[in-house]
Amino acid sequence: MAMSIDDKLGLNRFRADKSYPHITVNQSFTDVKEIERVVMACPAKLYSYENGVIGFNHEGCLECGTCRVLSGGKVVETWNHPQGGMGVEFRHG
Amino acid sequence: MSNEERFDVIVVGAGLAGNTAAYLMAKAGLEVLVIERAETIGGKNVTGGRMYSHSLEKIFPDFAKEAPVERKITKERISFMTGDTATTVEYAADKLGEQGKATYSICRGHFDPWLAGKAEEAGAMYVTGIRVDEVLLQDGKVVGVIAGGEEMFADVVLLADGVNSLLAQQLGMKKELDPHEVAVGVKEIIRLGEEKINDRFGAASSEEGTAWLFAGDVSGGNVGGGFLYTNKDSLSLGIVTTIADIGRVDLAPRDMLERLKAHPTVAPLIKGGETIEYAAHLVTEGGYNMIPTLYRDNVLVAGDAAALVMNLGFTIRGMDLVIESGRLAAETIIAAKEAGDYSAATLSKYKTALDNSFVMKDMKHFSKMPKFIENHRIFEQYPGMMDEIMSELFIMYGQEPVKFKKKAMTAVKKVGIMNLLKDGMNGLGAM
Ligand SMILES: Cc1cc2nc3c(=O)[nH]c(=O)nc-3n(C[C@H](O)[C@H](O)[C@H](O)COP(=O)(O)OP(=O)(O)OC[C@H]3O[C@@H](n4cnc5c(N)ncnc54)[C@H](O)[C@@H]3O)c2cc1C
Ligand code: SF4
Repeated sequence: MAMSIDDKLGLNRFRADKSYPHITVNQSFTDVKEIERVVMACPAKLYSYENGVIGFNHEGCLECGTCRVLSGGKVVETWNHPQGGMGVEFRHG
Repeated sequence: MSNEERFDVIVVGAGLAGNTAAYLMAKAGLEVLVIERAETIGGKNVTGGRMYSHSLEKIFPDFAKEAPVERKITKERISFMTGDTATTVEYAADKLGEQGKATYSICRGHFDPWLAGKAEEAGAMYVTGIRVDEVLLQDGKVVGVIAGGEEMFADVVLLADGVNSLLAQQLGMKKELDPHEVAVGVKEIIRLGEEKINDRFGAASSEEGTAWLFAGDVSGGNVGGGFLYTNKDSLSLGIVTTIADIGRVDLAPRDMLERLKAHPTVAPLIKGGETIEYAAHLVTEGGYNMIPTLYRDNVLVAGDAAALVMNLGFTIRGMDLVIESGRLAAETIIAAKEAGDYSAATLSKYKTALDNSFVMKDMKHFSKMPKFIENHRIFEQYPGMMDEIMSELFIMYGQEPVKFKKKAMTAVKKVGIMNLLKDGMNGLGAM
């Protein structure tokens, strides 16, 4: 059995910042093809698209920047690094 | 930190570029502040895994004796894969490991703290767990940074903040990355134990390592491929794929990695291994043509932030280039401090030095490579062609003999002889 992405994320060390979502999505964006590309692109599988609603959870973000490069100004409304000391902390990299 | 405190230089980012520069500048007596957003140095940093040592050797001769490198690469492999076959070329040679030319597998979480430690010993000051929110401007002039809500001042700011350099973008020195010029790398660290690695990869000792690239099926025909590096007791296993291609075929980058892990060539090598980390990171691959503005009054850009990375198809090279850029930025700033002048005119020496170094020479030399690599035939059709030729060569079941040349030509014709010639010429041209 292949490992699920959730299992993989569970191996990482994260310091979750509930008060500050460092990435926000544009819910009024409606190009389904583009949204599906972003869903596919995120290595942490943090985006979803169901019943016309874009789901996104910034916790678990690997801070790669793929979603911004692919869809900044479209699906991705704002993108920043998390606050200092927050987010993922790789032990090996 | 009080507002009166003023540094000669603020370095943003404690990666390879930033730490190298910080070390050299501190050693020359400059007051250096390095600001890093990760809580522990290296905590945000990801690489594939292999560092060409020559540029760090210039600064720390014989560093591998002391630094936490994983293994010295003595074996290079490239595989062209279909779903269930692989044609593999191996090059094994002692001279791959010659002093000064050697390459090492490294893990940034282990390596970067060592380099930062050197800079700290030399007198550089580090603050970690603090994000630089923006570059501080007064009357349009760079005077420092705003970090963790505080203003910090310096004569010059060195942006070594990596591929997602929002700060170089803030200053208009760099455009947003173009999805055609950037790839995403997705990677696992798989713990296997030293002995198993030695056995499975034919290493005579835990000092010897393998670098292995995979082309073809892994990326489902998209521009990209897989990589494997042997670390001391773990493997770095991952894929890299161009962002613009995502959605072109129905295969997510995260699933490419699973596909690689399940391939019959790879599966037995990682069997019994335990995944201990999952990471993703961008790598620029636009080459020479995407290098941003490198200097302005009171500010320089180095490392990945300056896109000093080469994707050569058969290998990715960034670390030796970013270290060299850190060194040259440091030399420029040291000279500017002596002259008491941090204007663009003085800092332009950084660009001149880069132009005269192997960094720009190599990047110019390989400037056609990104276009060549964007050709989907390389990823879609050639691995299949290799498979057909090899299976004709090696598989015998009492069938009627057909001349090998004829069999090989059948495989080649599927790709198209003209395409093959054209791609061959372009490939040679790009080299
Ligand atoms: C999957 C993959 C495979 C690769 N394979 C290889 C390889 O085999 N060989 C090779 O030579 N190169 C390889 N590379 C390229 C190489 O890893 C990079 O060129 C190199 O890591 C860049 O170093 P850097 O110091 O410029 O940037 P980074 O290592 O990214 O350092 C930037 C630092 O800045 C910090 N930072 C960023 N923004 C802020 C902020 N606002 N405030 C405070 N701190 C900030 C970050 O946390 C980070 O520590 C690969 C890259 C990837 C992604
Ligand atoms: S930055 Fe990377 S990991 Fe984070 S949400 Fe975007 S694509 Fe996913």
